[in-house]
Amino acid sequence: MNSNVAKRPVGHKRSYYAAIMIIFFLLLCVSIVASLVFGSRSVTLDDLMAGLFLSSSDSYAAAVVSERIPRTVFSLLCGGALGVSGALMQAVTRNPLADPSILGVNTGASLFVVIGIAFFNISTAGQYIWLSIVGAILTAIIVYGIGSMGRTGNTPLKLVLAGAATSAILSSLISAIMLPRSFVMDQFRFWQVGSVGAANWDFIVIFLPFLASGILLAFIMAPSLNALLLGDEIATGQGVRTGLLTLLSAFTGVILCGAVTALAGPIGFIGLLATHLMRLIFGPDLRLIIPMSAISGAAILTIADVLGRLIGSPGEVEAGIITAFIGAPVLILLATKLKVRSL
Amino acid sequence: MINSSTILIKQGRQRRFRKWLVINILLAALAVGLCMAMLLLGNTIYPISEVIQVLMGERIPGAYFAVNTIRLPRMIAGLFAGLAFGMGGHIFQTMLRNPLANPDVLGITTGSSAAALFSILILQTSTTVVSLASVIAGLVTVLLIYLLSSGSHFSIGRLILIGIGIQAALGAVISYLLMVGSQQDLPAALRWLSGSLNGAKMETLLPLICTVVIFAPVLIILGKHLDILELGEESALSLGLSTNKIRLILILSAVLMIAFATATTGPIAFVAFLSGPIAKRLVGTGFSNVLPAGLIGINLVLGADLIGQFAFEVRYPVGIITGLVGAPYLLYLLIRMNRKGYL
Repeated sequence: MNSNVAKRPVGHKRSYYAAIMIIFFLLLCVSIVASLVFGSRSVTLDDLMAGLFLSSSDSYAAAVVSERIPRTVFSLLCGGALGVSGALMQAVTRNPLADPSILGVNTGASLFVVIGIAFFNISTAGQYIWLSIVGAILTAIIVYGIGSMGRTGNTPLKLVLAGAATSAILSSLISAIMLPRSFVMDQFRFWQVGSVGAANWDFIVIFLPFLASGILLAFIMAPSLNALLLGDEIATGQGVRTGLLTLLSAFTGVILCGAVTALAGPIGFIGLLATHLMRLIFGPDLRLIIPMSAISGAAILTIADVLGRLIGSPGEVEAGIITAFIGAPVLILLATKLKVRSL
Repeated sequence: MINSSTILIKQGRQRRFRKWLVINILLAALAVGLCMAMLLLGNTIYPISEVIQVLMGERIPGAYFAVNTIRLPRMIAGLFAGLAFGMGGHIFQTMLRNPLANPDVLGITTGSSAAALFSILILQTSTTVVSLASVIAGLVTVLLIYLLSSGSHFSIGRLILIGIGIQAALGAVISYLLMVGSQQDLPAALRWLSGSLNGAKMETLLPLICTVVIFAPVLIILGKHLDILELGEESALSLGLSTNKIRLILILSAVLMIAFATATTGPIAFVAFLSGPIAKRLVGTGFSNVLPAGLIGINLVLGADLIGQFAFEVRYPVGIITGLVGAPYLLYLLIRMNRKGYL
């Protein structure tokens, strides 16, 4: 891993990092296998192998496995995107509680999709994604604008409150639009709680360009973002164009989460969970945090999806419910740990 | 000299009292007007004389059913819930010295909703148990927020953040319950998502009425101490108040009223949040705002319910209307507090 070399940590620390990375890769692999195996009908590992590698296999279990492949791929991609999005948002706002769902960006994306369905007869994933990104960007601008008013700039409390208030407005608008339109209601249940259950290869094809360009940009910007964390003056001194960098990385974060919301609905707390976990292990270096947040975000969302299938069996509990249930206590924990001065 | 200034102070006090009285009378008159409108208006509009005859117990065909069985319980539910939300919210905001610290933002009503949904959808219990569960859950949520935020570094900001976190977790629980619940129970359950006065019945109103009759006077009587508490712990102690006892009584009464109101009508969004600030704006300080806040709560709920019933082609539940009004105000308040640097 390039970033690992660039960091040049002392010997034992480097092997410690490497060990953790290997653990997370293993975790990722386990989550992939689990996602293919478990469900309302669990299959054996033999069936899994047959389904994956024998194209001629026509057993029922093998068919089940091949049905689960797009879902697994999709949840990995979404989780990765949300992890990177959270890491970028936290870096740009210099705020440990920044996360697409806490800032209300997800809800903004949802509202735009609902408006599109209700008033403009929009029904394809390719159209959702643009609407959702516009909604996400507008919401992000509003929330950040309100949250950073006043002398103290953006503090965790102000940003979270602005996000919560904006979310409240947007969701009451969503309810007002939905209530008289049962056809939107049917489609919308899915936008209220995020889920990767509706995944298919078309989704992945639409989503992939956004994800690839977003993650690539994030990787490229990571070293400059590190400088930005030291403060605007120091960053400018190191030749970083802070304004452009802030804008670009904020947009990247918002677009990543908007694209996920368009296809999977609002899935919360992945960014918060993944980024905090990684910062706990690797310290503040974004060259490590960004890629590792992608990996751990992918693992967390996939595991959440598997858990949802196991808990809800024979149906399923949406992944968004599971992530909120795991993520909200972490938010509470962080709130109790923050220093009063930094609130 | 001393004498003349005492007279001036006395005059000022009398003037403020007159203002307080006039505003209360106006608010009460408005509330009475709205109550009448609730009884008169509907699919069929009955003349006042007929409505009064029905209320006196005469069985006029048609009117008797519409007024006595549908409109009267609806009006009473709105009346008592509005009073409870208004007073309770005001107590919270005053005691925590922050308008943002109200049952909506802190997630207390969400706790009640989650418990109510659990007993409807999973346990399928009677309405009495539903009310009881939602009251207990409201109390437990308050306790939980208090325990998590107390400790060596108490701050209102932390309390609010923890409340938002708890709300997120409870939101996930609610989504889960809605998903696993059976279809036929869903209509009854949906009221707990946005408060509604639909289907209020006399029998189910009794607990709320009793609670309000017992605790509203307590809040009004102890309300004058509230202003002293607002000055801060030290001032209150030096003025000879046993702060802890009064605090406990006030907060318990407020929570009970809000919990019972939520159990009856569902969480009518932002009434608890809006009433206090509006009362302060109308009356100013100097006299207890508990009663005006309660009256404003009544006017908000009944007014919003009338708007929801008749202003649009579709009938919206009252909670959606108050949500659409209240959320922008929350945002406005945030902007103002941020500008002035209160947060």
